[in-house]
Amino acid sequence: MDRIPILQMGEYLLVTIQVDMHDQLALNLQEDLSERISRTSAKGVLIDISALDMVDSFIGRMIGTISGLSRIMDAQTVLVGMQPSVAITLVELGLTLPGVSTALNVERGMQKLRDRVERS
Amino acid sequence: MNLRSSGTQPVRLEQDVVLARQTARKLATELGMRLIDQTKLVTAVSELARNTVVYGGGGDMDWQVLDDIGRVGLRLSFRDQGPGIPDIRLALTDGWTSGGGLGLGLTGARRLVDEFDLQTAPGEGTCVTITRWT
Repeated sequence: MDRIPILQMGEYLLVTIQVDMHDQLALNLQEDLSERISRTSAKGVLIDISALDMVDSFIGRMIGTISGLSRIMDAQTVLVGMQPSVAITLVELGLTLPGVSTALNVERGMQKLRDRVERS
Repeated sequence: MNLRSSGTQPVRLEQDVVLARQTARKLATELGMRLIDQTKLVTAVSELARNTVVYGGGGDMDWQVLDDIGRVGLRLSFRDQGPGIPDIRLALTDGWTSGGGLGLGLTGARRLVDEFDLQTAPGEGTCVTITRWT
């Protein structure tokens, strides 16, 4: 079965979505991430979507769910790299990702994640 | 209005949703559509193709490249033989869903395109047609 790789860097997990995801792949990622957070006691999750040229309501919901469930498991999530055209489309679609922390790129995202983990 | 080219592809499985998006992206790129318009169209296609698979039990996507005075456009129809939509007004309400989704598919798709048409009746399937002009 298709899986999106999850990399571990210390107490952080790193996910770079580089494929055009079908729905099951998105659901697998959701499950895999929660399992990895639990197994590694990760404090932060960075999700890089700079390679995604489209985020629809299904993927948007998955991002929201990951953010919510990681919070429940005492980990912070930061979403990075959203393309401007994707951001405009998402808002017009009616999805503003409430409760999801974002940053423009990986570097700023890691900084934000560290700050949040230190504060929590 | 002239028809430049057209085609049909199945929308039956989850993977077909990805293929429908890819076809729409390819056609929109060939038309020279701006990136933002491409993204809106492809996102609308994704929502409607998923509806066809999940709620319509599978169907087909027809595409047409149109040529109107001074402008070109892409028209896509999503047809299924599913249960149809009993209450169109309700289905076109933000946040309403008959399944487990967010209820943004149909309404969101409508906001992302220039023209939107919904033909449906209980027991007679559903056909949603969207058009985006350059």
